[in-house]
Amino acid sequence: MTAEAYLKPVPEPTHESRPYWHGLKSGRLLLQKCGQCGKIRHYPRPVCDACYSFEVNWIEASGRGTVHSWTITHHAFNPGFKLEVPYILVTVDLDEGVRMQVPLRGAGAADVKLGLPVRIIFEQARPDLVTPACVIAS
Amino acid sequence: MSLKEKAAITGVGETEYTRMSGKSVLALQLEASLNAIADAGLSPKEIDGIIPYSNSPVVAEDFVTNFGISDLRFSATAPLGGASCVAAIQCALLAISGGVCNHVLIPIGRNGSSAGRIGTRVQQMPQFKVVGEYEMPVGAIAPAQLYAPMARRHMELFGTTSLQLGEIAVSTRHNAILNGHGMMTKPLTIEDHQASRMISDPLRLYDCSLESDGGAAIVVSGADRASDLRKPPVYIMGAAEGHPDSPSVITQRPDLTRLGIAKAAPKAFAMAGVSPGDIDVAEIYDCFTYIVLCQLEDLGFCKKGEGGPFVASGAIRLGGKLPVNTHGGLLSQAHMVGMNHIVELVRQLRGEAGKAQVKGAGIGLVTGYGDMGDGSVAIMRRG
Repeated sequence: MTAEAYLKPVPEPTHESRPYWHGLKSGRLLLQKCGQCGKIRHYPRPVCDACYSFEVNWIEASGRGTVHSWTITHHAFNPGFKLEVPYILVTVDLDEGVRMQVPLRGAGAADVKLGLPVRIIFEQARPDLVTPACVIAS
Repeated sequence: MSLKEKAAITGVGETEYTRMSGKSVLALQLEASLNAIADAGLSPKEIDGIIPYSNSPVVAEDFVTNFGISDLRFSATAPLGGASCVAAIQCALLAISGGVCNHVLIPIGRNGSSAGRIGTRVQQMPQFKVVGEYEMPVGAIAPAQLYAPMARRHMELFGTTSLQLGEIAVSTRHNAILNGHGMMTKPLTIEDHQASRMISDPLRLYDCSLESDGGAAIVVSGADRASDLRKPPVYIMGAAEGHPDSPSVITQRPDLTRLGIAKAAPKAFAMAGVSPGDIDVAEIYDCFTYIVLCQLEDLGFCKKGEGGPFVASGAIRLGGKLPVNTHGGLLSQAHMVGMNHIVELVRQLRGEAGKAQVKGAGIGLVTGYGDMGDGSVAIMRRG
């Protein structure tokens, strides 16, 4: 088997986000929790917008959430997604009170609706990269 | 100190709008700028303030060099993506009313069709870095995809339909044909809209704006100087910008159906001393049909959630309660990042809008929208 070029955009982790991407590699969804006031925030960033503390504890999220909104993409804006269209992207309200946008796997257009319970899964995009996705929670 | 009517738009200019200009971005901006400066009856050397477009390789120094400007007193950028052009009006108003300069040039120009297409272009912009790290790798890459969840949530909460979005596309195309300067020249029916291919559900091809080559520019002058120039001044009654909650990523925004312009609109109306019912014509930034509908609500032309029935009533058509995008907008004239909306509003208020002229247009409103939800609005009246 020849190595195929990976065409999708690749994240460039920063000092603040490295634990998040590292967590995904081990199948864990990690979120930042303020080390001072305890507010959970996402996507990763340097400072807490409630108390301005730079102290961070990383907590493992439950991976459970519900659909806040969605889109079904039919046009591949990047050649790396040509074989995947149409694909469903959902905005997920995580149980921890923050959101993330991830693809919904194993479901069709008729399945997706507001409030649909989903569970985060982990996909090996390439040898050094795991990206999050979700499935309908059973 | 109120900034109301401390400045006016005194000149507007455009180039041809095409799919392939065969010209440099700088040449397009210079051409549009010279047209705007000539429209004002000024010499290019009299320009003493410049607000270039921040998502462009062209800088203020290029105009100094090409126009032989000897004393540029003010330059700045208003980096709000598609809201930049209208936000730059507020910036010019501040500089002029503060006594820093007299005539501010606001140029734009791009090879948005023949050079970088949208799917690859946005990834290189610093204001998209959060989306670039967390959402583009999982497949949310282009604005159509990033904005679609806002439209979907609006549909689910308020019953907004694709047919209602289609009405915006159809009405805007009708206006583009009357305007005669647009890229799209054939009529569009609601059936055409419904049959157009899905890009990112619920946004179809005809819910999306054009990708265009061209340039457009305006000159903003102090009110004390504006009345002596070639054309009747169009006074800036009110202007404001607004940034949405979670400005760099839509996913984390508490209310997906509320844009930055919801914060700007009350300030602009208060400065102008008018209300939405006083507006005779509105040029509303239309990168996507849904963005028009949401802004109409956030501006107060109808209540939140009632944008669908409002547009379906024919209100935004020429002859309707609030004619919108009388030039054809980004959807059917050209994607000039909303500068063409300002150009059109000025022409409407001067009575120069040709077949799409709104009879008796005295007060008008123009908006910008960009970078995940930034908003800007200006309210103007004919002099």
